[in-house]
Amino acid sequence: MRSLKRTAKVSGGESSLLAAVASMGFALAVIGASLGAIAVSRGVPLWLATLMAALVFAGGSELMAVGMATSGAAPLAVVLGGVLLNARHLPYGLALGNVLEASGPLGRLFGSHLLVDEAVAFALAESDPHRQRRAYWAAGLTLYGVWAPSVFVGGLIGNGVGDPRALGLDAALPAGLLALVLPSLRDRPTLRAVALGSVVAVVLTPLLAEGLPVLLALLGTLAALPISRGARRGTREEEPA
Amino acid sequence: MTLGVVVALAAGTYALRVAGPLLRGRLRVPERGRRLLATAALVLLGAFVTTSALYESGAFAGMARVGGVVVGGVLAWRRAPFVVVVLVAAGVAAGMRVLFDTSFM
Repeated sequence: MRSLKRTAKVSGGESSLLAAVASMGFALAVIGASLGAIAVSRGVPLWLATLMAALVFAGGSELMAVGMATSGAAPLAVVLGGVLLNARHLPYGLALGNVLEASGPLGRLFGSHLLVDEAVAFALAESDPHRQRRAYWAAGLTLYGVWAPSVFVGGLIGNGVGDPRALGLDAALPAGLLALVLPSLRDRPTLRAVALGSVVAVVLTPLLAEGLPVLLALLGTLAALPISRGARRGTREEEPA
Repeated sequence: MTLGVVVALAAGTYALRVAGPLLRGRLRVPERGRRLLATAALVLLGAFVTTSALYESGAFAGMARVGGVVVGGVLAWRRAPFVVVVLVAAGVAAGMRVLFDTSFM
Protein backbone atom coordinates (compact mmCIF):
# COMPACT_ATOMS: atom_id res chain seq x y z
CA MET A 1 0.00 0.00 0.00
CA ARG A 2 2.97 2.30 0.18
CA SER A 3 2.76 3.47 -3.39
CA LEU A 4 -0.95 4.12 -2.99
CA LYS A 5 -0.29 6.47 -0.08
CA ARG A 6 2.56 8.04 -1.98
CA THR A 7 0.39 8.75 -4.99
CA ALA A 8 -2.28 10.20 -2.78
CA LYS A 9 0.21 12.71 -1.45
CA VAL A 10 1.50 13.84 -4.80
CA SER A 11 -1.77 14.30 -6.60
CA GLY A 12 -4.48 12.43 -4.78
CA GLY A 13 -7.10 15.10 -4.54
CA GLU A 14 -7.88 17.89 -6.96
CA SER A 15 -6.32 20.42 -4.60
CA SER A 16 -3.01 18.61 -4.02
CA LEU A 17 -2.57 18.05 -7.77
CA LEU A 18 -3.17 21.75 -8.33
CA ALA A 19 -0.81 22.73 -5.49
CA ALA A 20 1.92 20.52 -6.97
CA VAL A 21 1.35 21.92 -10.47
CA ALA A 22 1.27 25.49 -9.12
CA SER A 23 4.61 25.12 -7.32
CA MET A 24 6.15 23.81 -10.54
CA GLY A 25 4.50 26.69 -12.43
CA PHE A 26 5.99 29.25 -10.06
CA ALA A 27 9.52 27.88 -10.52
CA LEU A 28 9.01 27.84 -14.29
CA ALA A 29 7.70 31.43 -14.27
CA VAL A 30 10.89 32.76 -12.68
CA ILE A 31 13.03 30.75 -15.07
CA GLY A 32 10.97 32.05 -18.02
CA ALA A 33 11.39 35.63 -16.79
CA SER A 34 15.14 35.15 -16.60
CA LEU A 35 15.15 33.72 -20.14
CA GLY A 36 13.25 36.80 -21.35
CA ALA A 37 15.72 39.11 -19.64
CA ILE A 38 18.72 37.24 -21.08
CA ALA A 39 17.22 37.27 -24.60
CA VAL A 40 16.52 41.02 -24.54
CA SER A 41 19.94 41.81 -23.05
CA ARG A 42 21.51 39.92 -25.97
CA GLY A 43 19.58 41.94 -28.51
CA VAL A 44 16.71 39.56 -29.33
CA PRO A 45 13.50 41.60 -29.88
CA LEU A 46 10.98 41.08 -27.06
CA TRP A 47 8.21 40.06 -29.47
CA LEU A 48 10.45 37.38 -30.99
CA ALA A 49 11.48 35.94 -27.61
CA THR A 50 7.81 35.82 -26.55
CA LEU A 51 6.71 34.26 -29.86
CA MET A 52 9.44 31.64 -29.49
CA ALA A 53 8.22 30.82 -25.96
CA ALA A 54 4.68 30.31 -27.24
CA LEU A 55 5.62 28.32 -30.37
CA VAL A 56 8.55 26.22 -29.11
CA PHE A 57 7.60 25.83 -25.42
CA ALA A 58 10.78 23.96 -24.48
CA GLY A 59 12.93 26.14 -22.23
CA GLY A 60 16.24 24.36 -22.64
CA SER A 61 16.20 24.63 -26.43
CA GLU A 62 15.04 28.27 -26.28
CA LEU A 63 17.92 29.25 -24.01
CA MET A 64 20.28 27.33 -26.29
CA ALA A 65 18.88 29.09 -29.40
CA VAL A 66 19.28 32.53 -27.81
CA GLY A 67 22.84 31.73 -26.74
CA MET A 68 23.93 30.23 -30.07
CA ALA A 69 22.17 32.68 -32.39
CA THR A 70 23.43 35.77 -30.56
CA SER A 71 27.01 34.49 -30.51
CA GLY A 72 27.11 34.10 -34.26
CA ALA A 73 26.22 30.44 -34.89
CA ALA A 74 24.77 29.56 -38.30
CA PRO A 75 20.94 29.46 -38.31
CA LEU A 76 20.93 25.81 -39.39
CA ALA A 77 23.21 24.87 -36.48
CA VAL A 78 20.88 26.68 -34.05
CA VAL A 79 17.82 24.82 -35.36
CA LEU A 80 19.53 21.42 -35.43
CA GLY A 81 20.97 21.90 -31.93
CA GLY A 82 17.55 22.82 -30.54
CA VAL A 83 15.75 19.99 -32.33
CA LEU A 84 18.33 17.48 -31.07
CA LEU A 85 17.85 18.75 -27.52
CA ASN A 86 14.09 18.22 -27.96
CA ALA A 87 14.33 14.78 -29.57
CA ARG A 88 13.26 13.10 -26.30
CA HIS A 89 9.74 14.39 -26.94
CA LEU A 90 9.24 11.71 -29.61
CA PRO A 91 9.50 8.75 -27.22
CA TYR A 92 7.54 10.77 -24.63
CA GLY A 93 4.73 11.09 -27.17
CA LEU A 94 4.82 7.38 -27.94
CA ALA A 95 4.52 6.57 -24.24
CA LEU A 96 1.71 9.05 -23.63
CA GLY A 97 -0.25 8.54 -26.84
CA ASN A 98 -3.02 6.80 -24.91
CA VAL A 99 -3.40 9.83 -22.63
CA LEU A 100 -4.26 12.01 -25.64
CA GLU A 101 -6.28 9.38 -27.53
CA ALA A 102 -9.51 10.19 -25.76
CA SER A 103 -9.18 13.92 -26.46
CA GLY A 104 -10.31 13.79 -30.10
CA PRO A 105 -8.28 14.84 -33.16
CA LEU A 106 -8.06 18.55 -32.26
CA GLY A 107 -7.36 17.82 -28.62
CA ARG A 108 -4.58 15.48 -29.71
CA LEU A 109 -3.00 18.13 -31.96
CA PHE A 110 -3.14 20.83 -29.28
CA GLY A 111 -2.34 18.45 -26.42
CA SER A 112 0.84 17.38 -28.23
CA HIS A 113 2.12 20.95 -28.02
CA LEU A 114 1.85 20.76 -24.20
CA LEU A 115 4.20 17.76 -24.08
CA VAL A 116 6.99 18.86 -21.72
CA ASP A 117 9.03 16.88 -19.19
CA GLU A 118 6.88 18.08 -16.30
CA ALA A 119 3.54 17.14 -17.93
CA VAL A 120 4.94 13.69 -18.78
CA ALA A 121 6.14 13.22 -15.19
CA PHE A 122 2.78 14.26 -13.69
CA ALA A 123 0.93 11.88 -16.04
CA LEU A 124 3.27 8.92 -15.42
CA ALA A 125 2.99 9.41 -11.64
CA GLU A 126 -0.65 8.29 -12.00
CA SER A 127 -1.84 4.80 -12.84
CA ASP A 128 -5.50 5.13 -13.78
CA PRO A 129 -6.03 6.50 -17.35
CA HIS A 130 -8.60 9.09 -16.25
CA ARG A 131 -6.26 10.52 -13.60
CA GLN A 132 -3.35 10.40 -16.06
CA ARG A 133 -5.33 12.58 -18.47
CA ARG A 134 -6.32 14.98 -15.70
CA ALA A 135 -2.71 15.32 -14.48
CA TYR A 136 -1.35 15.75 -18.01
CA TRP A 137 -3.78 18.49 -18.99
CA ALA A 138 -3.56 20.28 -15.64
CA ALA A 139 0.25 20.39 -15.78
CA GLY A 140 0.49 21.06 -19.52
CA LEU A 141 -2.08 23.88 -19.61
CA THR A 142 -0.79 25.54 -16.44
CA LEU A 143 2.85 25.50 -17.50
CA TYR A 144 1.99 26.63 -21.05
CA GLY A 145 -0.14 29.45 -19.66
CA VAL A 146 2.74 30.54 -17.43
CA TRP A 147 5.66 30.22 -19.86
CA ALA A 148 5.26 32.79 -22.66
CA PRO A 149 3.83 35.56 -20.39
CA SER A 150 6.79 35.07 -17.98
CA VAL A 151 9.27 35.39 -20.83
CA PHE A 152 7.48 38.58 -21.94
CA VAL A 153 7.41 40.13 -18.46
CA GLY A 154 11.03 39.13 -17.83
CA GLY A 155 12.06 40.78 -21.09
CA LEU A 156 10.18 43.96 -20.08
CA ILE A 157 11.84 44.10 -16.66
CA GLY A 158 15.21 43.27 -18.15
CA ASN A 159 18.13 43.35 -15.75
CA GLY A 160 15.79 43.86 -12.78
CA VAL A 161 14.90 40.16 -12.91
CA GLY A 162 16.82 38.31 -10.23
CA ASP A 163 19.00 35.32 -11.00
CA PRO A 164 16.89 32.12 -10.63
CA ARG A 165 20.03 30.48 -9.24
CA ALA A 166 20.01 32.85 -6.27
CA LEU A 167 16.55 31.51 -5.41
CA GLY A 168 17.73 27.93 -5.95
CA LEU A 169 15.13 27.37 -8.67
CA ASP A 170 17.60 25.51 -10.85
CA ALA A 171 17.45 22.80 -8.15
CA ALA A 172 13.67 23.04 -7.67
CA LEU A 173 12.69 21.79 -11.13
CA PRO A 174 14.85 18.62 -11.16
CA ALA A 175 13.78 17.91 -7.55
CA GLY A 176 10.11 18.23 -8.51
CA LEU A 177 10.56 15.86 -11.46
CA LEU A 178 12.46 13.46 -9.21
CA ALA A 179 9.58 13.45 -6.70
CA LEU A 180 7.21 12.49 -9.51
CA VAL A 181 9.45 9.71 -10.85
CA LEU A 182 10.47 8.17 -7.49
CA PRO A 183 7.28 6.16 -6.78
CA SER A 184 7.71 4.29 -10.09
CA LEU A 185 11.25 3.32 -9.02
CA ARG A 186 9.88 1.03 -6.30
CA ASP A 187 9.42 -1.41 -9.18
CA ARG A 188 12.78 -3.20 -9.48
CA PRO A 189 13.05 -3.57 -13.29
CA THR A 190 12.11 0.10 -13.73
CA LEU A 191 14.70 1.10 -11.13
CA ARG A 192 17.39 -0.91 -12.96
CA ALA A 193 16.46 0.70 -16.28
CA VAL A 194 16.40 4.26 -14.91
CA ALA A 195 19.68 3.77 -13.00
CA LEU A 196 21.48 2.38 -16.06
CA GLY A 197 20.05 5.10 -18.31
CA SER A 198 21.08 7.85 -15.89
CA VAL A 199 24.64 6.50 -15.65
CA VAL A 200 24.86 6.43 -19.46
CA ALA A 201 23.64 10.04 -19.70
CA VAL A 202 25.91 11.32 -16.92
CA VAL A 203 29.01 9.68 -18.43
CA LEU A 204 28.26 10.93 -21.96
CA THR A 205 27.16 14.51 -21.15
CA PRO A 206 30.68 16.04 -21.13
CA LEU A 207 31.48 14.23 -24.39
CA LEU A 208 28.48 14.65 -26.72
CA ALA A 209 26.23 17.42 -28.03
CA GLU A 210 23.41 18.43 -25.68
CA GLY A 211 20.37 16.19 -26.09
CA LEU A 212 22.22 13.11 -27.32
CA PRO A 213 23.24 11.77 -23.87
CA VAL A 214 19.63 11.77 -22.62
CA LEU A 215 18.51 10.04 -25.83
CA LEU A 216 21.20 7.39 -25.50
CA ALA A 217 19.99 6.81 -21.94
CA LEU A 218 17.12 4.93 -23.64
CA LEU A 219 19.57 2.00 -23.83
CA GLY A 220 18.93 1.66 -20.11
CA THR A 221 15.41 0.46 -20.93
CA LEU A 222 17.02 -2.87 -21.88
CA ALA A 223 17.71 -3.44 -18.18
CA ALA A 224 13.95 -3.67 -17.58
CA LEU A 225 13.57 -6.60 -19.98
CA PRO A 226 11.85 -8.94 -20.07
CA ILE A 227 8.68 -7.01 -19.27
CA SER A 228 6.52 -9.36 -17.23
CA ARG A 229 2.84 -9.88 -17.79
CA GLY A 230 2.16 -8.82 -14.22
CA ALA A 231 0.56 -5.64 -12.98
CA ARG A 232 1.51 -2.34 -14.57
CA ARG A 233 5.00 -1.24 -13.60
CA GLY A 234 5.60 1.06 -10.69
CA THR A 235 2.01 1.65 -9.79
CA ARG A 236 1.03 -1.72 -8.44
CA GLU A 237 -1.17 -0.22 -5.81
CA GLU A 238 -2.56 -3.48 -4.50
CA GLU A 239 0.84 -4.97 -3.89
CA PRO A 240 1.99 -4.85 -0.29
CA ALA A 241 5.48 -3.32 -0.21
CA MET B 1 18.17 35.57 -34.02
CA THR B 2 15.60 35.63 -36.81
CA LEU B 3 11.94 34.72 -37.20
CA GLY B 4 12.99 31.94 -39.57
CA VAL B 5 15.08 30.23 -36.87
CA VAL B 6 12.20 30.44 -34.38
CA VAL B 7 9.66 29.02 -36.85
CA ALA B 8 11.99 26.20 -37.93
CA LEU B 9 12.80 25.26 -34.33
CA ALA B 10 9.09 25.39 -33.44
CA ALA B 11 8.14 23.22 -36.44
CA GLY B 12 10.84 20.65 -35.68
CA THR B 13 9.90 20.48 -32.01
CA TYR B 14 6.18 20.18 -32.76
CA ALA B 15 6.83 17.41 -35.30
CA LEU B 16 8.71 15.46 -32.61
CA ARG B 17 5.88 16.02 -30.13
CA VAL B 18 2.96 15.13 -32.36
CA ALA B 19 4.58 12.08 -34.01
CA GLY B 20 4.06 9.85 -30.97
CA PRO B 21 0.34 10.53 -30.40
CA LEU B 22 -0.37 10.29 -34.16
CA LEU B 23 1.44 6.96 -34.44
CA ARG B 24 -0.27 5.62 -31.33
CA GLY B 25 -3.61 6.54 -32.90
CA ARG B 26 -2.86 4.26 -35.86
CA LEU B 27 -1.05 1.37 -34.22
CA ARG B 28 -2.43 -1.25 -31.92
CA VAL B 29 0.21 -1.46 -29.19
CA PRO B 30 0.06 -4.61 -27.05
CA GLU B 31 0.02 -4.26 -23.27
CA ARG B 32 3.68 -5.29 -22.89
CA GLY B 33 4.71 -2.75 -25.51
CA ARG B 34 2.79 -0.07 -23.67
CA ARG B 35 4.57 -0.86 -20.41
CA LEU B 36 7.92 -0.88 -22.18
CA LEU B 37 7.16 2.58 -23.66
CA ALA B 38 6.19 3.88 -20.21
CA THR B 39 9.45 2.50 -18.80
CA ALA B 40 11.36 4.17 -21.66
CA ALA B 41 9.72 7.51 -20.83
CA LEU B 42 10.65 7.08 -17.16
CA VAL B 43 14.25 6.31 -18.19
CA LEU B 44 14.32 9.55 -20.23
CA LEU B 45 12.87 11.53 -17.33
CA GLY B 46 15.35 9.97 -14.91
CA ALA B 47 18.29 10.74 -17.20
CA PHE B 48 16.98 14.29 -17.68
CA VAL B 49 16.73 14.75 -13.88
CA THR B 50 20.22 13.37 -13.25
CA THR B 51 21.91 15.39 -16.00
CA SER B 52 20.08 18.61 -15.13
CA ALA B 53 21.01 18.12 -11.46
CA LEU B 54 24.69 17.73 -12.33
CA TYR B 55 25.35 19.75 -15.48
CA GLU B 56 24.75 23.18 -16.94
CA SER B 57 25.54 23.34 -20.69
CA GLY B 58 27.83 20.31 -20.43
CA ALA B 59 29.83 21.55 -17.41
CA PHE B 60 29.41 20.72 -13.70
CA ALA B 61 26.47 22.75 -12.33
CA GLY B 62 27.96 23.18 -8.85
CA MET B 63 27.48 21.62 -5.42
CA ALA B 64 24.56 23.89 -4.46
CA ARG B 65 22.26 22.54 -7.16
CA VAL B 66 23.34 18.96 -6.46
CA GLY B 67 22.75 19.50 -2.73
CA GLY B 68 19.27 20.92 -3.32
CA VAL B 69 18.21 18.06 -5.59
CA VAL B 70 19.64 15.39 -3.25
CA VAL B 71 17.87 16.82 -0.18
CA GLY B 72 14.67 17.17 -2.23
CA GLY B 73 15.05 13.56 -3.36
CA VAL B 74 15.50 12.30 0.20
CA LEU B 75 12.38 14.20 1.29
CA ALA B 76 10.42 12.77 -1.63
CA TRP B 77 11.63 9.28 -0.70
CA ARG B 78 10.42 9.96 2.86
CA ARG B 79 7.03 10.85 1.34
CA ALA B 80 7.10 14.57 2.01
CA PRO B 81 4.41 16.49 0.09
CA PHE B 82 5.42 17.62 -3.39
CA VAL B 83 5.36 21.34 -2.60
CA VAL B 84 7.67 20.78 0.40
CA VAL B 85 10.13 18.87 -1.80
CA VAL B 86 10.27 21.70 -4.35
CA LEU B 87 10.56 24.49 -1.76
CA VAL B 88 13.21 22.76 0.36
CA ALA B 89 15.29 21.88 -2.72
CA ALA B 90 15.26 25.54 -3.75
CA GLY B 91 15.99 26.69 -0.21
CA VAL B 92 18.94 24.33 0.22
CA ALA B 93 20.50 25.38 -3.11
CA ALA B 94 19.95 29.09 -2.41
CA GLY B 95 21.24 28.71 1.16
CA MET B 96 24.37 26.87 0.07
CA ARG B 97 25.09 29.67 -2.41
CA VAL B 98 24.78 32.28 0.34
CA LEU B 99 26.87 30.31 2.86
CA PHE B 100 29.61 29.15 0.51
CA ASP B 101 30.12 32.08 -1.80
CA THR B 102 32.45 30.45 -4.28
CA SER B 103 32.35 29.76 -7.99
CA PHE B 104 32.07 26.05 -7.14
CA MET B 105 28.47 26.65 -6.00
